[in-house]
Amino acid sequence: MSNLFDLLVAGLATGAIYALVAVGFTLLWQTSQTINFAQGEFVMLPAFLMLAAMHAGAPFWLAIIVGILLSMILLGLAFKMLLVDPMMRHGVLPLAIATMALAIGIKEAVKQFFSAEASPFPSIVPTGDVSILGHAVSLQSIGVLVVAVLAVLGLTTLLNRTSLGHQMQAAAQNPTVARIIGVPVERMILLTFVINAFLVGLASLLITPIYLAKFSSGEVLGQAAFIAAIVGGFNQVRGAIAGGLLIGVLDNLAAAYVSTQYRAAVPMLFLIAVILFRPQGLLGRAEERTV
Amino acid sequence: MKSTLLAGALLAFATATSAHAQAIKLADVAELSGGGATVGTNWKNGIDLAIEEINAKGGVLGRKLEVTHADSQSNPGVARAQVQKALDAEPYVLLGPGYSGSVKVTAPLAAEAGIAQIMGGEAAELTQAGNKFLFRTSFGQQSSMPKVAKYIHDEMKAKTVAVVWVNNDFGRGGRDVVIKELDRLGSKVVADLSTEAGQADFAADVGKIKAANPDAVFVYLNEEESARILKELTRQGVTAPLMGETTLIGQKVIELAGDAANGARGHVGLTTDAPVDLIKAFRERFSKKYNYVPDHNGLKGYLAVYMVKATTEKMGKVDPKKFADTLHGSTIKAADEPGILMDVTFSDTGDIDRQSFLVEVVEGKQVVKQVLPKVK
Repeated sequence: MSNLFDLLVAGLATGAIYALVAVGFTLLWQTSQTINFAQGEFVMLPAFLMLAAMHAGAPFWLAIIVGILLSMILLGLAFKMLLVDPMMRHGVLPLAIATMALAIGIKEAVKQFFSAEASPFPSIVPTGDVSILGHAVSLQSIGVLVVAVLAVLGLTTLLNRTSLGHQMQAAAQNPTVARIIGVPVERMILLTFVINAFLVGLASLLITPIYLAKFSSGEVLGQAAFIAAIVGGFNQVRGAIAGGLLIGVLDNLAAAYVSTQYRAAVPMLFLIAVILFRPQGLLGRAEERTV
Repeated sequence: MKSTLLAGALLAFATATSAHAQAIKLADVAELSGGGATVGTNWKNGIDLAIEEINAKGGVLGRKLEVTHADSQSNPGVARAQVQKALDAEPYVLLGPGYSGSVKVTAPLAAEAGIAQIMGGEAAELTQAGNKFLFRTSFGQQSSMPKVAKYIHDEMKAKTVAVVWVNNDFGRGGRDVVIKELDRLGSKVVADLSTEAGQADFAADVGKIKAANPDAVFVYLNEEESARILKELTRQGVTAPLMGETTLIGQKVIELAGDAANGARGHVGLTTDAPVDLIKAFRERFSKKYNYVPDHNGLKGYLAVYMVKATTEKMGKVDPKKFADTLHGSTIKAADEPGILMDVTFSDTGDIDRQSFLVEVVEGKQVVKQVLPKVK
């Protein structure tokens, strides 16, 4: 059990990434009842946009800005206006299928335009360790955790402490009433998509140095984040955060103390247990909506 | 005027058809996407380079070589379907796949069709099943792992060893042979860790290695996973020397792992850093054409085509049914066929014998520390 602390820290760092991605699921679900099955690919793509910017000669810091801005335009604005809005008219199921098709399209496009091979990706956090309670903890794990926590804190502050956030929540909880009291619902929903795109851009920046830039890397990530969102509660941002951290830690502990071969099965079993005994998720609300 | 044009067009068509009919058709099925994309891409590029060179010099027995590439997606099921499709087109020789698991399920198809299959898989069992149509481009694990175990025991002086392997045919084959050899030599395996293909997070595995505190770590994973575990080993401060095979110290691994690859050692059947003039020249040509330094899979693909050329020229005719018989037991000398790069001998089981190398990654580059001679 001597490495339990190391496993917890590594699990929390991975879980923080899952949380960032899972928050996107809940945001889109709350505002537009959309399940974006391309969410994993949304995390993969920004890294390649940043790499493209670097290949074009941009320094890393500029590539980050370009990558995240392009993500917000492509995966936020364009996604909402060109795919979600037209497909929404046909119902949730066609939209969900459309996002699956989008996932395949993004993967294939990256494979064609870049490469099927993995590429290295620079880290914003320096390599090396710091000593915490006698344990060597990597700066990268700490960096990932800190940035993810700050991003989530920023998001929750925006949602709970600002007028804009209240308008977003009102638009999410009851669009009809929100419209009556003057909330620009469509703009709020669009803003949610852009915020999701920003978060996946950030997740991409944090995780790609560890996972490597590869066209297929979104598959695992999207699945883990989806499980995290369901486990935590699909209709609660705090649920997605808790679910992400829980799945990250559980995954690492299962690999260490059960078996690496069954590590993927343990979160799935946990998911089944949650669906059976608490279908709304650990921190989710049982009711659909409140006014 | 019209009839002249028509006659010209017909002549051009007839010439083109005739040239097409005379081409020697090869079929390649490789890991062009999925977990083995690095393997397959290098393999394919090596094949294309060799064919371009051979055709530029007039082809084989005056006939051009043609190849079709199909993507196995690093999936044995897809590989089997692609090989079946490729065999339906009646190629002269089948090239690939590179993954042992895919070779295992496709070899019976090629054997049934009586077509020689020149592949990149290294699992020991592949050539031990009595298949007379299967040929290696690299050492099998039964040849390489005893050398690895001997190095860990004799040179690294490791009394305890952690073995990390990928849970597929390739990884299991290597793990079984190396553990048996380590046991025979007297090095104790204190951690035996299986990992999954495509695994991203190695924190728990490396935690187990740390807890076992071995004198050396043997790492036997695919390239991308090798890079990830090297980073994690560095991150968690594991200082025990690392030993592997080609997949631990390949060019792509070094590129992906960066500084974390430094110090890793491995036995390689093929490396573009080998102190062999023909290999150096190959590396230069490949790098010029594709703008990157190939790993051993680039060499394997290249050699596969030159095996076809040398064997066909030895027969003096293009005969797919006799190809395998001719290649068995033959020795191809680099002096006679420079494209083969090093003297190589093929056994009756399709295994190969030639020089090999022990390398270490030093400041981001493979450095050959020892040249091991041919066994026979």
